[in-house]
Amino acid sequence: MGEKRLIMQKIEEILKEKILILDGAMGTMIQQYNFTEEDFRGERFKDFPVPLKGNNDLLSITQPEAIREIHKKYLEAGADIIETNTFSGTTIAMADYKMEDLVYELNYESAKIAKEIANEFTKNEPKKPRFVAGSMGPTNKTASMSPEVDDPGFRAITFEELKTAYKQQAEALIDGGADLLLVETVFDTLNAKAALFAIEEIKSERKIHIPVMVSGTITDASGRTLSGQTAEAFLISVSHIPLLTVGLNCALGAKQLTPYLQIISDKTSFAVSAHPNAGLPNAFGEYDESPQDMAEQIKEYLDKNLVNIVGGCCGTTPDHIKAIAEVVKDYKPRIAVQ
Amino acid sequence: MDCKKLKLSGLEPLIIDENSNFINIGERTNVAGSRKFLRLIKEENYDEALDIARHQVEGGAQIIDINMDDGLIDGKKAMVDFMNLIAAEPDIARVPIMIDSSKWEIIEAGLQVAQGKCIVNSISLKEGEENFINQATLIKRYGAAAIIMAFDEVGQADSYERRLEITKRSYDILVNKVGFPPQDIIFDLNIFPVATGMDEHKSNATDFIDATRWVKENLPCVSVSGGLSNVSFSFRGNNTVREAMHSVFLYHAIQAGMNMGIVNPTMLEVYDEIPKDLLEHVEDVILNRRDDATERLLEFAETVKGTKKEQIIDLSWRKKSLQDRITHALVKGVDAFIIEDIEEARQNADEPVEVIENNLMTGMSVVGAFFGSGKMFLPQVVKSARVMKKAVAYLTPYIEEMKEAPKSPKGTYHWQTANPVLYGLLKDHAKKMRNQPTEAESLLWNVLNGKQLEGYKFRRQHIIGEYIIDFICLRENLIIEVDGLIHQLPENKANDKERTKWLESEGYRVIRFTNKDVLTNLDFVLESILKTLKALPLGVGRAEAAKILMATVKGDVHDIGKNIVSVVLSCNNYKIIDLGVMVPPEKIIEAAKKESVDVIGLSGLITPSLDEMVFLAKEMERQNFKVPLLIGGATTSKAHTAVKIDPEYKYGVVHVLDASKAVTVVGDLLNKKNSEKYLKNIKEDYKKVRKGFYSRAKKKEFLTLVEARNNKLKIDWVNEIIPTPKFIGTKVFEKINLKKLIDYIDWTPFFRTWELHGKFPEILTDEKVGEEATKLFTDAKMMLKRIVKNNLLEAKAVFGIFPANTVDNDDIEVYENSFRESVKANFITLRQQGKKRAGIANIALADFIAPKESKKEDYIGAFCVTAGFGTDELAREFEAEHQDYEAIMVKAIADRLAEALAEYLHQEVRRQFWGYASDEQFINNDLVKEKFRGIRPAPGYPSCPDHTEKRTIWNLLKVKENIGVKLTEGLSMWPAASVSGYYFANKKSKYFGLGKITKEQVQDFAKRKNMKIDEAKKWLSPNLE
Repeated sequence: MGEKRLIMQKIEEILKEKILILDGAMGTMIQQYNFTEEDFRGERFKDFPVPLKGNNDLLSITQPEAIREIHKKYLEAGADIIETNTFSGTTIAMADYKMEDLVYELNYESAKIAKEIANEFTKNEPKKPRFVAGSMGPTNKTASMSPEVDDPGFRAITFEELKTAYKQQAEALIDGGADLLLVETVFDTLNAKAALFAIEEIKSERKIHIPVMVSGTITDASGRTLSGQTAEAFLISVSHIPLLTVGLNCALGAKQLTPYLQIISDKTSFAVSAHPNAGLPNAFGEYDESPQDMAEQIKEYLDKNLVNIVGGCCGTTPDHIKAIAEVVKDYKPRIAVQ
Repeated sequence: MDCKKLKLSGLEPLIIDENSNFINIGERTNVAGSRKFLRLIKEENYDEALDIARHQVEGGAQIIDINMDDGLIDGKKAMVDFMNLIAAEPDIARVPIMIDSSKWEIIEAGLQVAQGKCIVNSISLKEGEENFINQATLIKRYGAAAIIMAFDEVGQADSYERRLEITKRSYDILVNKVGFPPQDIIFDLNIFPVATGMDEHKSNATDFIDATRWVKENLPCVSVSGGLSNVSFSFRGNNTVREAMHSVFLYHAIQAGMNMGIVNPTMLEVYDEIPKDLLEHVEDVILNRRDDATERLLEFAETVKGTKKEQIIDLSWRKKSLQDRITHALVKGVDAFIIEDIEEARQNADEPVEVIENNLMTGMSVVGAFFGSGKMFLPQVVKSARVMKKAVAYLTPYIEEMKEAPKSPKGTYHWQTANPVLYGLLKDHAKKMRNQPTEAESLLWNVLNGKQLEGYKFRRQHIIGEYIIDFICLRENLIIEVDGLIHQLPENKANDKERTKWLESEGYRVIRFTNKDVLTNLDFVLESILKTLKALPLGVGRAEAAKILMATVKGDVHDIGKNIVSVVLSCNNYKIIDLGVMVPPEKIIEAAKKESVDVIGLSGLITPSLDEMVFLAKEMERQNFKVPLLIGGATTSKAHTAVKIDPEYKYGVVHVLDASKAVTVVGDLLNKKNSEKYLKNIKEDYKKVRKGFYSRAKKKEFLTLVEARNNKLKIDWVNEIIPTPKFIGTKVFEKINLKKLIDYIDWTPFFRTWELHGKFPEILTDEKVGEEATKLFTDAKMMLKRIVKNNLLEAKAVFGIFPANTVDNDDIEVYENSFRESVKANFITLRQQGKKRAGIANIALADFIAPKESKKEDYIGAFCVTAGFGTDELAREFEAEHQDYEAIMVKAIADRLAEALAEYLHQEVRRQFWGYASDEQFINNDLVKEKFRGIRPAPGYPSCPDHTEKRTIWNLLKVKENIGVKLTEGLSMWPAASVSGYYFANKKSKYFGLGKITKEQVQDFAKRKNMKIDEAKKWLSPNLE
């Protein structure tokens, strides 16, 4: 417990001195392994009744070496913070694979793998401590929108259900060694508020401090989240608990994200994070912005003094992170409005 | 101490700091405060309940308070359901919500469904510190601000000292123990009634105000709020006094630091407009300035109340200044004194047009502002327009006369263009000259006099200043001189140049001809004169109003909405060029060019009109128009405008939701500074709508036609008992007694026509629009009486009942006779194709008729009724007298009578002719109506959006021959006040919405209809996937 507190102070102090690098996409890297259904299943789940290919989170158990390798590549590229392979690690998202019962283990193991490799790097280079952020994705259900066109009042998930699921995920991530929690790709603010509520409960029950990052997603050029909020409304809706950072990720490339990041940066006293996609998807749905191009866009964030933590989302690779780390090192971190 | 701002959010942020204006919290979505809202929630009529919320947001509420605390409803469920529904309405959800309940479980349920940062209303120390701390901790964790009531274990704070004690204690606990952000604390310091007659209540208002000041000074960063209506509790029933009390209280409380409140904006008088004597009495009470303040106000209130009750016409406003009187007449729609006042204004003005530009427009801008802010309603505005029109009509001859000359050199009357000092001398000289014209002058006068030249009026030997000029057209400021000098006074021999210069400096145009020109080439001279006349700029002092073209598009006869918009715009000093109904596109284009209009407004009520609008937009684009296009009418929508019309016309298209929006939209469009930006923003917005539309459209799942037919509504035809109609064939009714129809009128849509929203009869007592609705209803009943008494409208009907069976799933064969051998007509129905949940059928109207293969003998009916003959004539009579209000009223009533006749006829058919419901009782009530067996869907409405079916009905019933109702090209009915449709008698028959259909069905439909695909697509376009 005391150790966690120490890290919180540490990362906050480090944030004052420099811009930290978050890693890039996990999914993009996993794709390169071309894992088959059998690979996903491994020995342990060879007779599991539903198809498991595509359950990336499961690879932390069935292909831990690959996950470890991906983390390692990002750390080598210069990432200060790596994200656990737990984007879909809730009972809600795992219901698609009938793996609700496995949620604690998935998160715990993912955090453990990440923490071990991060520690190795910290040991080798104590001046550049590496952190593990427990990734908490949005789940595949929305608490403030109806999936039924004819029944706008209907909800496929409740706040209570989300809170319970997130609490379980967060506890497992903390137990597995996550240094901070990253509630990310928030397309429905109410889902994020349930996650934050769960985290606050844990903090109060366990009497611990754990830094929390929140990262929203502006879905398109309308400048709003999927659930309809403007960037500023989103910011206001998640600012009731002390956050390490608030920021934006996914859906847009670095360039398209700039105006919304500007709003966040102007209006918050928290530190700001951004991990955009590698551009917008091309005609084949692939992200093809090169590391140099992306780093060039990120440079604009730095020139405008918008960010404290920067990394990549869909389509980004260790090369992208390396290029970003390269431009970032010459810049001072953003100083927040108070 | 530096305070952070109180930041709240819905879909959009609301940030409150010391610079913010008073925050108005909407209070109509509160079951404890609004009987109507309570009823709607009890009935689970969420659509209308949402309308109330929407209305508030549109009316300027920055936060909406939602309260579901009522013993007879499940408050928790209602709160969750309603908030979830609000979340799906972006125009409501943009503002933050105030979750209002005395029950913690309801508050918490509300917090769990709000993505934005809300306000909790409220918590307090009432149940002790522990409870308070727990709730505050949770509120903080949910991310909300909170109203803290000045209430503790002992009770509610009812004195200055107790308010201080409780707020201080609450503040310390919240800030120090809970870590609650102080800017998220909003104290409700309890507004209690004053003037109750009890001494201890005398200081209720001052205690609140003083405590507010103390809180703002001593408890950093907090806000202060309160529910205003309590303060005037003792004066229930006397709104004049209540409104004044509210304004006075707010005025002082805001100065002390109250920065938000639950306020009904319609129960608020403008502080500055409270009559002096009333203000004094009210302030005495609110500020507790005199011991006998209450008694004095009570006494005074009686006089205010008395005048209202007895309806004594209060003429005190006649004593006010001229401008105030004119404004009053416009705002209140009183025309009794307007001519008198306008004449006075005219005499005071330099030019009559100034009366419009200054006096009348000052008044109308007040009307506009009140209307815009929801303080006036549409019927009132139409009445204002009536007064305005009457005034303008009175002024017009004066203005016309004025147009005949520029200002005279001395700025006196227009015809006195002569130098007054020299006038006598000049006059004699001019007279003499007129008697001794030159040959050229005679010749020219011969062709100019008596308005021969295209109606332009010329005078000769006219004196201007110190000159006598040969000919002048005063109206166009054109002077014609023939050979110069000879007509000047010998003493004043200025040369031609000087003379022309002076005349031009006075605003005249001068053209000269030589004698020779006139004598040898008169044609050339006249041509030149005409050319100059027409090329002339508009005369001095004629600030021409912007021109707005209004038209109901080809094929459509509905014009009530268009007329309302025209009236509203015209009373904002726009010149309306109204082309009427069924206007073909080429006529619109031609008129727009000829009149060089500034805005084009298109209206339509039936769905084919949407295509006409698209066509016109394309045409305007092709002809390179640069005039904004407004779209309005019942079937139009922002979505359709954005998706279908906007892309066709580059310059700019704006959908106008209702008349109240029209003025601001046109104002924005014609504001030179901002119009470009405004249009650009709208383009952007529509682009977004389109994008959303296309991305949504993709998601919808459709069945193939075969699948949809397999999932048809299944009726057990084998065991179905189909009653045989007592009458088969066609029947015509003429000269229907209108009086019989009155009881069948459904008034709710009538109020909607006037943009007063709410169900009849509750609308008459509605807190916001009730008063106006009642007035409107009184006027409507008077008009109805007049129509009925004098038979001003003619109602007719035709219906038929025929043997029929469904064939090939979707078509209904109508047979000549009971042998069912020869087919008289085919009704082609459309089938729902959207994917349904299990157990829900994909319905077509044909499902309600037994299929041929069932061997069951079934029947179908059809009808057409009208109450519209005479409407246009009557409306025109009113329009000619500037009685727009009455003209619109006539049309609205004719519509209602037609609907009433449809209802009446359907009942008679059920009871008597078809006779399957001979014991049915008449009750005019929507809820009961739905329970009657059988439906009467109309082509063009959701169950059967295909308008072309009307042609089949027309042939089948010989509608035109029998009752004279015609179909236009666009298949709208003339007279407009007509209703037609089918009758289905099956117990399972019900109204439904077709929804979107796929291309496959359109192709199939076209084949069955024997229609070209493109034509079918055109008619069905609103339903195309």
